[in-house]
Amino acid sequence: MSETLLDETILSVRDLAVVSTGGGTTETILDRVSFDLKRGEILGLVGESGSGKSMTSRALIRLLPSNRLSVSGGQAFLNGRDILALDDKAMRAVRGGSIGMIFQNPSSHLDPVMTIGKQIAESIRFHKSVGKGEARRQAVDILRQVGIPDPERRFDAYPHEFSGGMRQRAMIAVALACDPDILIADEPTTALDVTVQAQILKLLTDLRDTRGVSIIFITHDLGVVSQVCDRVAVMYGGRIVELGGKREVIGQGRHPYTAGLVACQPAEGSPGERVRTIHGQPPRVGHMPEGCRFHPRCPKVSERCSMVSPELELAAPGHQVACHYPITQRLAEVAT
Amino acid sequence: MSLVRTETARTGFRLSFGGGPLPLYLGSAILLAWFVLAVLAPLVAPYDPIFQDGTARLQPPNLNHWLGTDNFGRDILSRIIWGARIDLQIALFGVVFPFLIGTALGSCAGYFGGWIDTVLMRIIDVVLAFPFLVLMMAIIVILKPGLSSFYVAMALVGWVSYARLVRAQILVIKSADFVLAATSLGYGHSRIMFRHLLPNAILGSVVFSMSDAVLVLLNGAAISYLGLGVQPPTAEWGIMIAEGQSFITSAWWITTFPGIAIVTLAMGFSLLADGLGELLGVRE
Repeated sequence: MSETLLDETILSVRDLAVVSTGGGTTETILDRVSFDLKRGEILGLVGESGSGKSMTSRALIRLLPSNRLSVSGGQAFLNGRDILALDDKAMRAVRGGSIGMIFQNPSSHLDPVMTIGKQIAESIRFHKSVGKGEARRQAVDILRQVGIPDPERRFDAYPHEFSGGMRQRAMIAVALACDPDILIADEPTTALDVTVQAQILKLLTDLRDTRGVSIIFITHDLGVVSQVCDRVAVMYGGRIVELGGKREVIGQGRHPYTAGLVACQPAEGSPGERVRTIHGQPPRVGHMPEGCRFHPRCPKVSERCSMVSPELELAAPGHQVACHYPITQRLAEVAT
Repeated sequence: MSLVRTETARTGFRLSFGGGPLPLYLGSAILLAWFVLAVLAPLVAPYDPIFQDGTARLQPPNLNHWLGTDNFGRDILSRIIWGARIDLQIALFGVVFPFLIGTALGSCAGYFGGWIDTVLMRIIDVVLAFPFLVLMMAIIVILKPGLSSFYVAMALVGWVSYARLVRAQILVIKSADFVLAATSLGYGHSRIMFRHLLPNAILGSVVFSMSDAVLVLLNGAAISYLGLGVQPPTAEWGIMIAEGQSFITSAWWITTFPGIAIVTLAMGFSLLADGLGELLGVRE
């Protein structure tokens, strides 16, 4: 990507907060989530299950998985417009029009009784005022772009006639149909086998290069992050704990949690050695620890960590960490 | 080889013919035959269905009157053929209106939930609390006996089964992933409901409507038998049975042949429902 494109910030999320209300209590699910996304950039959102990475994406398109959840604060500026303050009608135009979603399981996220082509054409006709023939032409064009062979014929195929990898391509095509500025890819390769996974990752990076679309890439796989992402945000317990360039975060993680995650990668150990783990369990909703949410599992914990929640602060140019005692040099024994 | 044995056991129970399930073909053939007879009634029927021949009363089946004549000297065969027109119409309209009303209301209840759902479900409970036939008779009597009143009553009473069926389906699939995906494309409620939910939810109702046609047909015949539906002298199978019942010991053919006609048409619908269910993988 050329530097000029990367300079333009397309999405700016500030202090996004999501709470769960019910039974008379209010639980914080997402806390002070802030990040920028530049045009043509792939930002990885990494974390364990329940760390809030999917919740962040669902909060951005305002489709939270339960009506007990609500966005309680923060702004998200998409091209300078706060999408968290839009009314329902304007928000519907943003969904699919400016932000496209790609989901984990392509088999269940496509309508089983509608042909692939119709699903793409429907999205095109919904967001742009084009005729039926034109929508079909554009849909075939998109199918070709996402690497589906013989798109003219495949237009009339149903999802069950596609293989898993083809279905994921089709879902990417549906999300891309209206030329969105941002693609949110929620674990798009988890349900696929490894060879297909590599093809889909290649497709996503190609689409970034050819169309200049920005991608928020949600995954728990650090290997995938280092393959495709430009920058990485590491999430833990509903907060971003570290945010920076891919090389800095994965290579020289400042937060003990990031360092722990990296050390848990099987490739980090020598053959025959047990795969490392971070001891303990991630915090559950309703049982969030006081202070820094990672402190019960942190090897560098001190008294201050259990009382004061650290802010996301600049540790180096373009590299932010939320930790009272960030790692300054590589610690060998962060994980046991 | 247990594998082979289970395979044969399975095919042994499932008769199939030409790629599709046998009941589908059998049912369609019966329905088609009745439909053709009904359409061609003026050409096929040997006599006028309401012409009374005073010289040929209560004749048993013979070469002139293949299925005999009734106490007014009317030809049973001609009356059955003409009656097919009315009975097919009863089965069609008696199903279509409840289907449309029930599907629309049921999908709203399932999709929106909340008070809409609560109110509709209570109304359904009330309708179901009355015996089906008694409620229908009450409505028809209030409206004025006749076929159009029968359709109105059928629509008012029959929609509940479709509403419950569709609501249950919508409840299951409205939380499906593809609905979330459709929402993430910015689609509004009506588009999601009519273009994505209903096409996925409707299969069960379509199959059910075929078996419902059987019940509607029997209902229509029963209502006419009770004198609230089709009015004499129009040829309709239910009336024919009602009119012939006083002669059941002396002239069995007056009631038996219309009875057989009802049974075959009902069987046609029933077989079609089974076949469709098997073909589409819907289990009731």
